Amino acid sequence: MSEQGQSTTEPDAEVAAPQESRSRQVLREIAESSSMVVFMAIVASMIIGGLLIIFADEAVRESAGYFFSRPGDTFSAIGDALGSAYSAMFNGAVLNLQAESFAGMIKPFTQTLTMATPLIFAGLGLGLGFRAGLFNIGAQGQILIGATVGGYIGFAWDLPWGLHLLLAVLGCALGGALWGFIPGVLKAKRGAHEVIVTIMLNYIALYLVAWLLSLEAFQREGSDNPISPIVAETAQYPKILGVQFNLHLGFVLALACAWGVWWLMERSTLGFRLRAVGANPSAARTAGMSIGAATILTMVIAGALAGLAGSAPVLGTQKFLTDAVAGSLGFDAITVALLGRSRPLGIVLAAILFGGLQASGPSLQVNAGLPVDIVVVIQALIVLFIAAPPLVRAIFRLPSPAHEKEVAA
Amino acid sequence: MTATVADAPAAPAPSAPIPAKRWGASIALGVIALISLVIFGLGTPTGSSTTFVVARNTDFVHLPTYTAPSRLAAIVLSVLALALAGWAAYRANQHRKVGVWLPVVYGMAIMGALLTWAGAGRDATSIQLTGLLTSSLFLAVPLVFGALAGTLCERSGIINIAIEGQLLAGAFLAALVGSMAGNAYVGLIAAPVAGALVGLLLAIFATKYWVNQIVVGVVLNMLVVGLTSFFFSTVMTENGDLNQALGMARLPIPLLSSIPIIGPVLFNQNLLVYILYVVVAAMQIMLFKSRWGLRVRAVGEHPKAADTVGIKVNRTRVRNTVLGGAIAGLGGAFFTVASGLAFGKEMTSGKGYIALAAMILGRWSPRGALAAALLFGFADALRAQLGTIGSPIPSQFLAMFPYIATIFAVAGLVGHARPPASEGIPYKK
Repeated sequence: MSEQGQSTTEPDAEVAAPQESRSRQVLREIAESSSMVVFMAIVASMIIGGLLIIFADEAVRESAGYFFSRPGDTFSAIGDALGSAYSAMFNGAVLNLQAESFAGMIKPFTQTLTMATPLIFAGLGLGLGFRAGLFNIGAQGQILIGATVGGYIGFAWDLPWGLHLLLAVLGCALGGALWGFIPGVLKAKRGAHEVIVTIMLNYIALYLVAWLLSLEAFQREGSDNPISPIVAETAQYPKILGVQFNLHLGFVLALACAWGVWWLMERSTLGFRLRAVGANPSAARTAGMSIGAATILTMVIAGALAGLAGSAPVLGTQKFLTDAVAGSLGFDAITVALLGRSRPLGIVLAAILFGGLQASGPSLQVNAGLPVDIVVVIQALIVLFIAAPPLVRAIFRLPSPAHEKEVAA
Repeated sequence: MTATVADAPAAPAPSAPIPAKRWGASIALGVIALISLVIFGLGTPTGSSTTFVVARNTDFVHLPTYTAPSRLAAIVLSVLALALAGWAAYRANQHRKVGVWLPVVYGMAIMGALLTWAGAGRDATSIQLTGLLTSSLFLAVPLVFGALAGTLCERSGIINIAIEGQLLAGAFLAALVGSMAGNAYVGLIAAPVAGALVGLLLAIFATKYWVNQIVVGVVLNMLVVGLTSFFFSTVMTENGDLNQALGMARLPIPLLSSIPIIGPVLFNQNLLVYILYVVVAAMQIMLFKSRWGLRVRAVGEHPKAADTVGIKVNRTRVRNTVLGGAIAGLGGAFFTVASGLAFGKEMTSGKGYIALAAMILGRWSPRGALAAALLFGFADALRAQLGTIGSPIPSQFLAMFPYIATIFAVAGLVGHARPPASEGIPYKK
């Protein structure tokens, strides 16, 4: 999990470099850069996703039956299938070109940002953990518990504007922090592996919330389903672009958190300490840092951020609590943190990319007749490729850089 | 105990310092027994009784139903559990280990007390013991296969979080191929192939590209969920023939299946369960008694030493991960062809993660994995049974039990779970 910081640039290579022409050198640097790998990984995943779409398309399969008598049919069917899929993705996630009004046109992008909001929060939490050397799989549980505490404050308490939202948001963070504290303290004091503990806590959280929702205090009146009352309007995130868009204040808060995490990790002593523990625990211990304290603190902050991710559905979009409120956010956030390389800016961009993929789901379903699951496949493929830069370089025949960094965390 | 001896660190030599007394286990046992005494024993109203049905009408041997006075029975069982906890404490004080019988008898006593309490004063319903045990075993099937897969991978040093994906892939391909062939047994053959493919991906990324194995595992799980759901919603929904509910008949073993209680539970199951017995036994022997097993464990504990004596570390790891994937894939067949169900989206619903938990509780040994999986299967079956008789325990708490037990185990609060030393670390020459 540690990054290999040692650079192995040989003196020979540096001497040889100036002999190359300037433009070739720039090209080579671009091809070697890790952004190129990220871009190519996305391209490769889109291509494989396209193959799946072609394979699942009925018209393609039918025309492939008589491929050798009329191959043109197959290719036009393939073109139709891919064209409708990718245009549906674009229309659903970026700009709706068919819309009449300007608001209708940009609505998909605001939807993308709305979907990205919880991913930013949770991705930040997970990225923070990765950099401190902790593999926190427990965002799912932390989101659930955060959403439960925040949601309860939202629908059960009666408070004035402003204060209510503030307390509900703090409740989300607190719930997540608590659920992050448990694996943190077990790791620090008992050496329990955080991966196992957090996986188990995900399920404990799920059943705990399911049980809570069976209680009268959490049950919506007049409903037999395990759903809570709707969160009071005073505790909902205000919509920042007017009522016709779903984008809410949570997005701004998420960006603020991204800045906060950047400041914490890059500018503060505490962040330095956390990174030192992540990079080399023995060296950090020798320098007098407490590994246990760093572990607990990291998990608490990561949990709080994941808990805030729970505020996006419960106070922003869905506005009530169910045991499915976290969806697959916790696992999506892992991919976001990995794609964003655990850096705040990267996480925000990765969250917008995956938020866009998810926002295009309904459009894919309606306009291209494709199930949303294709989005999950593409998402997983992207991360798989990103995690193995040599693989991407081998596929696209990109040159390997002089020194290679391990990507995954 | 041979298994635990074999994989535990060597017994302390006479000169070695005396190990610290391990009180955690006996304290936990004592606390649970006390809770049992208070809630199940003293909490049961006097005068009520609990009816246990031991044999079903269809069984070969007819046994009478037993009716016990609830309060007395629950108190006796709880006190027995308390006594066992005391025995464990006594042994701990002498730096001696307790036999494997103790947790088993202890568990039975607590569960007996719980069942007596839950069934107290419900004249209309009774506790179906045989049914409970049969479904425990059946529900444990995918967990055992999954935990064996995890054991096989982790013993060679590869962390397998992708068990969930391997189960799901197995379930999917079993349903698909079985439906295409119109025969459940063909599906059973196809299932390991799907699991092995997922295992192969894991192995390649882990050994060739040195990607963090937990990352690969988590992402592979997502990938399999996405792929199977995608094909389920497109190809399988368009042609229903590709996703039929096939079933595998129960194959009662002559004579053995007529033994009361044990017979119907163990020897009147379908083929997959019998395969399970064989796989568990074979793996237990192979891992701890064969040359192959010694090599695998060497690779997982100290790859450098293994390499020095000429064992191909990465090749062993790849082979084990693929084999493990195949075993998990076979377990995936449980969800579709072996249960007589068609494939459904995300139908494994986290069973792969419980299997992971069973592997840890079973301390990375096939026999332990079997025991832990059976315990989790029992908890699941109990949940269903208590649901039907209308128990006062919220079913969610029983559902949580495997996860809480695992946290206790990895935190070393009860016993100590030690993974293979080199798991998760890529081997680079």
